[in-house]
Amino acid sequence: MIHFVLLISRQGKVRLTKWYSPYSQKERTKVIRELSGLILTRGPKLCNFVEWRGYKVVYKRYASLYFCMCIDEDDNELEVLEIIHHFVEILDRYFGSVCELDLIFNFHKAYYILDELLIAGEPQESSKKTVARLIAAQDALVEAAKEQASSLSTIIAQATK
Amino acid sequence: MGSQGGFGQSKEFLDLIKSIGEARSKAEEDRIVLHEIETLKRRITEPDIPKRKMKEYIIRLVYVEMLGHDASFGYIHAVKMTHDDNIHLKRTGYLAVTLFLNEDHDLIILIVNTIQKDLKSDNYLVVCAALNVVCKLINEETIPAVLPQVVELLGHQKEAVRKKAVMALHRFYQRAPSSVNHLISNFRKKLCDNDPGVMGATLCPLYDLITIDVNAYKDLVASFASILKQVAERRLPKSYDYHQMPAPFIQIKLLKILALLGSGDKKASEQMYTIIGDIMRKCDSTSNIGNAVLYECICCISSIHPNPKLLESAADAIAKFLKSDSHNLKYLGIDALGRLIKLSPEIAEQHQLAVIDCLEDPDDTLKRKTFELLYKMTKSSNVEVIVDRMIDYMININDSHYKTEIASRCVELAEQFAPSNQWFIQTMNRVFEHAGDLVNPKVAHNLMRLIAEGFGEEDDTADSQLRSSAVESYLRIVVEPKLPSTFLQVICWVLGEYGTADGKYSASYITGKLCDVAEAYSTDDTVKAYAISALMKIYSFEIAAGRKVDVLPECQSFIEELLASHSTDLQQRAYELQAILGLDANVATNIMPMDASCEDIEIDRSLSFLNSYVQQSIEKGAQPYIPEGERSGMTDVSSFRSQELHEVSSHALRFEAYELPKPVMPSRVSPIEQSSSNELVPAPEPSYHAEMHQVASSVPSVSDTGSLELKLKLDGVQRKWGRPTYSSAAPSTSNADIPKIQNGAPQLDAVSSSSSKAVSYDSRRQQVEISAEKQKLAASLFGGTSKSHKRQSSGSQKVPKTNIPAAEKSHVAKNATSDTAVLERTPQPPPDLLDLDESTVSSSAQSLDPFKQLEGLLDLNQDTSTLTTSDASASGAPDVMSLYGETTLNVQSGGVPNLLPAGRDEANLLSGLAGTPNRDGHGENTVTNPTQQLNKGPNAKESLEKDALVRQLGVTPTGQNPNLFRDLLG
Repeated sequence: MIHFVLLISRQGKVRLTKWYSPYSQKERTKVIRELSGLILTRGPKLCNFVEWRGYKVVYKRYASLYFCMCIDEDDNELEVLEIIHHFVEILDRYFGSVCELDLIFNFHKAYYILDELLIAGEPQESSKKTVARLIAAQDALVEAAKEQASSLSTIIAQATK
Repeated sequence: MGSQGGFGQSKEFLDLIKSIGEARSKAEEDRIVLHEIETLKRRITEPDIPKRKMKEYIIRLVYVEMLGHDASFGYIHAVKMTHDDNIHLKRTGYLAVTLFLNEDHDLIILIVNTIQKDLKSDNYLVVCAALNVVCKLINEETIPAVLPQVVELLGHQKEAVRKKAVMALHRFYQRAPSSVNHLISNFRKKLCDNDPGVMGATLCPLYDLITIDVNAYKDLVASFASILKQVAERRLPKSYDYHQMPAPFIQIKLLKILALLGSGDKKASEQMYTIIGDIMRKCDSTSNIGNAVLYECICCISSIHPNPKLLESAADAIAKFLKSDSHNLKYLGIDALGRLIKLSPEIAEQHQLAVIDCLEDPDDTLKRKTFELLYKMTKSSNVEVIVDRMIDYMININDSHYKTEIASRCVELAEQFAPSNQWFIQTMNRVFEHAGDLVNPKVAHNLMRLIAEGFGEEDDTADSQLRSSAVESYLRIVVEPKLPSTFLQVICWVLGEYGTADGKYSASYITGKLCDVAEAYSTDDTVKAYAISALMKIYSFEIAAGRKVDVLPECQSFIEELLASHSTDLQQRAYELQAILGLDANVATNIMPMDASCEDIEIDRSLSFLNSYVQQSIEKGAQPYIPEGERSGMTDVSSFRSQELHEVSSHALRFEAYELPKPVMPSRVSPIEQSSSNELVPAPEPSYHAEMHQVASSVPSVSDTGSLELKLKLDGVQRKWGRPTYSSAAPSTSNADIPKIQNGAPQLDAVSSSSSKAVSYDSRRQQVEISAEKQKLAASLFGGTSKSHKRQSSGSQKVPKTNIPAAEKSHVAKNATSDTAVLERTPQPPPDLLDLDESTVSSSAQSLDPFKQLEGLLDLNQDTSTLTTSDASASGAPDVMSLYGETTLNVQSGGVPNLLPAGRDEANLLSGLAGTPNRDGHGENTVTNPTQQLNKGPNAKESLEKDALVRQLGVTPTGQNPNLFRDLLG
């Protein structure tokens, strides 16, 4: 099971966090501090895994952003590494050559995508296409809702004039 | 594109993100966030906030919380937003609550109603959103509220809904198995869902269920195997392919399930052999995901009933992993080796040099994994080398979690395989010295017992030798500063028990040392208690031997200090010591018999020795004792009170049963003392001595306090330390330190034979890495099994024997093998450059070409962007140029297999010697460059467009982190 997902920039800034196991706000801060100390200092050719408090943290660096996932000891590290890559590929497809800035300004969208990929710490969908289709459908719905809302509000505005 | 919608936030929010992005320290960031929290607190409570505005506030709250600050003041607004009818807002609300609330939060109850409503929605996207929340927030109490609807949704026409419903049900099962026990059959049904996504999701709960109860699912073995077969044969839709592998994530999950089902079940395992073999053959070992599946196959093979053919192919796969240049694969190789070694121990031997390389690797993760492997393959023949290495490593790490683990492993191995007691004690001393506070106190007791019992055989001289050596080593160690408390306890106990036993050290010398310890660690009551007990033993031994006891002045002051101690335990011990000092030899021998710590203590539970006294009292008119159970008409409390009253008034015995000694109370008051104090009627000081006598004489075998304590604590502790394993070791020991005759020649031969062994398994790698030290290590780790290679050893002995310095030797070897190396290397796919780091020599060298080619491209764009201040330094300061350069390389390897580039040193070596491989690498790059350029075009443009957009919005996140624009993925 995946216990949490962290996106940290090379400078140690938090870009996204998702906690599937309960951690208090204080613990979260501690975890992030500990892990960024551990991961950001690792050299480039080393394993993409670190053992940490009886768990394993799988991380991968994309440009200046580190994607980290914390898993149980008996999980398949390489698979999780590919789940990360899968996530990045989906982000890439959605944002169109995704860069860190996209995630900074659209972190909530990244959350929506992550929610389609993982649920309660388990991978729920492994088809890129299915995820992309669902996200697109949601976006379309939201757009429709927005339009409707704005048209409604104009109607109301006109009516109350 | 999707990203354009993303910049719809207000200027204020963008500025916030920007200022946080530019914050130079955590403190500055915190300040900004705290200010933001103030603003939000004020704004969010204003009346009549437009919904659009409110949505943004909520997102800002999420942001604040993500950065580690408390946004709980706004939770209720997020909850309110979930009630909104507009899906746009509702979704934001749902997202926020899943991020804010934990499953036991009070506000959840306010959302349940909305969730119920949304689960019934006509719009499947609304249902999906609600199910996401269900998975995160529904707790044991609220499960019944949504359960019927979730079950109904298992049959929803949209597969996305069915999938999430399965996951939700799985979540319920994890939270409260009893609530969904009657619904488990649904998971079986959903396995046959015609949507592969739903089927894949169903594997998660099934895996959990099978972990709990394998037997209930044996009937599904055939189904799982056939699903796996279909997946491997690409029967699933193309969209489930990932890097040319058919649905690898589903394959992995299925392999995990099969591993569980086939474990220890021959019949079930037989149904899987064919398909696992097929998958292993089909796996693309050049891609990460292919290797992930391969690794899972190995795990499965090592778990199910063994099959020789599969084991063989697993061994081959492991060999490939270990020979790989990627640390990730080496790591998996080591892990897999650890799994397989239980089934076929001989496999480790082939890979000895690879294992030693990993052990000496600078990568900590790999090192630890290798220690884990060594731990699994420890035998009595190699225990010394392995434990030695482990301790060396343990000393140098700070991570207390891992330190504890490795310390306890050292102890375990030492207990199991120790070749000699002496070695055991030395090893334990080292472990205690460096990690004493982290090991289990049991270990200390085990050590004490070992010293007390020796080998457990009749050889007394060996035992006393052992003790003397222990005493000697402790006297040496004890002067060192800052020893861990547990270790000091052991030292004190051993010194007290055996310090004067062999007559080498005088009582005053030992007692002096003990007082030093007590003084140096005066804050540690436990150590002081051990010290004073030790003093007591030494003095009573002296008295028993008929020698005159003269208490050193420092001992005297120590005793006096304890007489006035706040700790009753220490006080009691001090008084007892004082009492013993006044006794004659005969009594002292009875109280503190020499070397009796291993003798059993008989406890007369019926207190028969008191019978006459009781009889007397009854005759004098005292009430006979009525057991508590038989007493009637009294509540417990009153009986207790009356008893107490009785006790106080008559100073008679307490009639309640003795307290049982507490099972684990590491080194507090020793139970015998507690019970003796219970036995004793609280009496005025003078009579104390007399009663001591009484007790001592009536319970003759009350020996010393430590021994009983030891006995009690070791109850039920498995006795691992012993002879059988050791004796089996004898024939195969080939320890590098001891010149061992093997094949008629001493040590050197052992070394060379191991080298030849390695030659036989892989000439290329072997020869590159010949180094006498490693071979020595290999010989001592894997030495026991060198027989099979003896034939060859005579032939290749020359290589290491000729006294060429190691470097030169490897040079020669490399020259000789570089040609084959090149041949072997060429078919490898282009290296993955996703894991870039500007600082490495090899990557910068390789990225040189693309840089230059890109310059032109970027120059074209210069007018549109201020960012392209081109300075193509390969050294890799984070400037834009290099960013583009590197991202371009990403393009090249986008979906291409992820083999990491060759290890730096190897690449260098090869380039120095042969030159060809490197040129070859460059050739590859130049060939692919044109396509890179083509691919890159739109990407670069897009990035620049993004920049322009951000600028329009008034945000200029240039500053210190231009990396922000870098594509994460080519």
